[in-house]
Amino acid sequence: MAHELIERLEPDEHLGMLRLMLLGRRFEEKSAESYALGKIGGFCHLYIGQEAVAVGALAPLREDDYVVTAYRDHVQAIVKGIPPREVMAELYGRVDGSSGGKGGSMHMYSAEHRFLGGWGIVAGQIPLATGVGWAIRYRGGNQVCVCFMGEAAVNQGAFHESLNMAALWKLPVIYIVENNRYGMGTAWERASSLYDISKKACAYALPSAIADGMDVLKMRATVEEAVERAREESMPTLIEARCYRFMGHSMSDPVHGVYRTKEDVEEAKQEDPIKTYIDQLKEAGLLTGDRLEEMDAEVREEVEDAAEFAENSPPPPEKDLHRDVYAEINPGGRLFLEGVGAPDPALGRAGRDPGAGVGGG
Amino acid sequence: MAVITYREALNQALAEELERDPDVFLMGEEVGQYDGAYKVSKGLLERFGEERIVDTPITELGFAGLGIGAAMVGLRPVIEFMTWNFAILANDQIVNNAAKLHYMTAGQFSCPIVFRGPTGAALQLSAQHSQALEASYAHFPGLKVVVPGTPADAKGLLKAAIRDDDPVIVLEGELLYALKGEVPEDEDFVIPLGVAEVKREGKDVSILTHGKMINVALQAAERLAGDEVDAEVVDLRSLRPLDLDTVIASVEKTNRAVYLEEGWGFSGIGAEIVAQVQEHAFDHLDAPLLRVHQVDVPMPYSKELEKLAKPSVDRTIEACKRVLYR
Repeated sequence: MAHELIERLEPDEHLGMLRLMLLGRRFEEKSAESYALGKIGGFCHLYIGQEAVAVGALAPLREDDYVVTAYRDHVQAIVKGIPPREVMAELYGRVDGSSGGKGGSMHMYSAEHRFLGGWGIVAGQIPLATGVGWAIRYRGGNQVCVCFMGEAAVNQGAFHESLNMAALWKLPVIYIVENNRYGMGTAWERASSLYDISKKACAYALPSAIADGMDVLKMRATVEEAVERAREESMPTLIEARCYRFMGHSMSDPVHGVYRTKEDVEEAKQEDPIKTYIDQLKEAGLLTGDRLEEMDAEVREEVEDAAEFAENSPPPPEKDLHRDVYAEINPGGRLFLEGVGAPDPALGRAGRDPGAGVGGG
Repeated sequence: MAVITYREALNQALAEELERDPDVFLMGEEVGQYDGAYKVSKGLLERFGEERIVDTPITELGFAGLGIGAAMVGLRPVIEFMTWNFAILANDQIVNNAAKLHYMTAGQFSCPIVFRGPTGAALQLSAQHSQALEASYAHFPGLKVVVPGTPADAKGLLKAAIRDDDPVIVLEGELLYALKGEVPEDEDFVIPLGVAEVKREGKDVSILTHGKMINVALQAAERLAGDEVDAEVVDLRSLRPLDLDTVIASVEKTNRAVYLEEGWGFSGIGAEIVAQVQEHAFDHLDAPLLRVHQVDVPMPYSKELEKLAKPSVDRTIEACKRVLYR
């Protein structure tokens, strides 16, 4: 049965969502290729297989809403609006990257797009998102904050402490657990005494839902309800998005091995979220094979352009090494202990960032 | 100038900054209804309301992280830890997030937050409640660390910390809260971060120190004066940023120095200062620098053992005499 969203959304909106999913897929394929060539270093966690979660979850948001996430962040950054060029340049460690080459794969940020990272410690981002929700409520705004995390994060104290505070103080935060079934090489059933993550919301009297993270329309519909609840009632929601990771945990990890078989992965790939959406759109007469080919060619070109941009962007200059450790330089003392000279005012910038502020109303 | 307690000085600083800037709020365990575990926030709930004076559950990592998230989008939280021993639960947030975010985001986001509370030993609170933790925070680039030892410094440094655009760790002292001293009443009285103060001028030996220990240093200096030793007492006040110039100037004057600190010596603040002084003023030294600090053990409960573990006036005098070869 066709999802009610098939009819409710404008055809262009459907094609826009499909395009973002394809862009995410092709972007990550290019990331894998560049990683293999040694152009991207460090840890690099790909999003392949999970595109329906980011695209479905962020579609109901406004531009002035916030997103906070963990380290599997490239596609979420792009979906929130950071240009692929800047994300790829960050992966390459170049000066034009979204974090000036200082963050890398795990640390994408954009004040302009209200994308607040990109955090590398499992569950460490959850209290931050809770604080963004606090600030929205403090200022009387009606924005929402979406917080992504992997399923393995829910065993950390930070998850439980955050849910309790969000429920206690009614903060407009939507916690989306991407249950891709494996915390690195540990299957979820080997890590949790309770299978249903959504049930953990009961402990905090929090609304919750299970979303089909392999179906972008179902994902979107579930998050739409949560966004409305957050915006209208300033109530948080916990959403468990059931999905699957087609790749290894990071580029340094095997796709399959002791923790799952090749057959497991192949079977899951039959439910590829992009293929599912294409089938839905074709069945509804909203997409033709030609249009799909055209769209795929466009996103491949966009990804190639991003890679070329990254390739041509210079590395950050040496003066950036000490820059931005602090926002404010205190003239009386040394913030760094190398050398005896007076601190260089160029190493920090005073003042608050208006781009990141929370507006009222 | 009014004579008030260290506790009242902190209370004034909070009230003035809450009044001045609506983005400032205070959050922590028992800060509201209970008036603060050490009564630092007395009366603030009544004056500023529960939106801005916020009682939290016992959830240190949670509310520390909440504060950091709120600071990222422009609020200026003051997070109170009942003691810094409990803040260890929040270290992931302080160290991995607050200290890194301005750099990792290439300056797109700032973290104007204050984490404050008492550090160090009181009396017979034993191993888990008696730690002086300033060295561990001063270790991290991205954090600023201040350690006020007098009521005036408490007020001026806390106000400067709240107005600063970076995460500032403010380490107070349980045994300091009742200490009285003169405090300026000017609403814009701030002590800039990174400015040390010579608390007592002298020419024979420099006692370099910070926080609660300045009071031990001043007592030691008084007694040394009876032995015709003119000791200078230098209070760092800020550990990061560090006013190395004042330290070096004092050593260049006296040519002998002792570092006195409440915490452990191993990898402590004194260890850093010794390294800096030998690097920048080696030729001015007439004796090796010595350190006086807590004995290298977890704090014992027994009154007798606790006394032996803590740095003292006697041990400071002994160290000063050793660097003077007396």
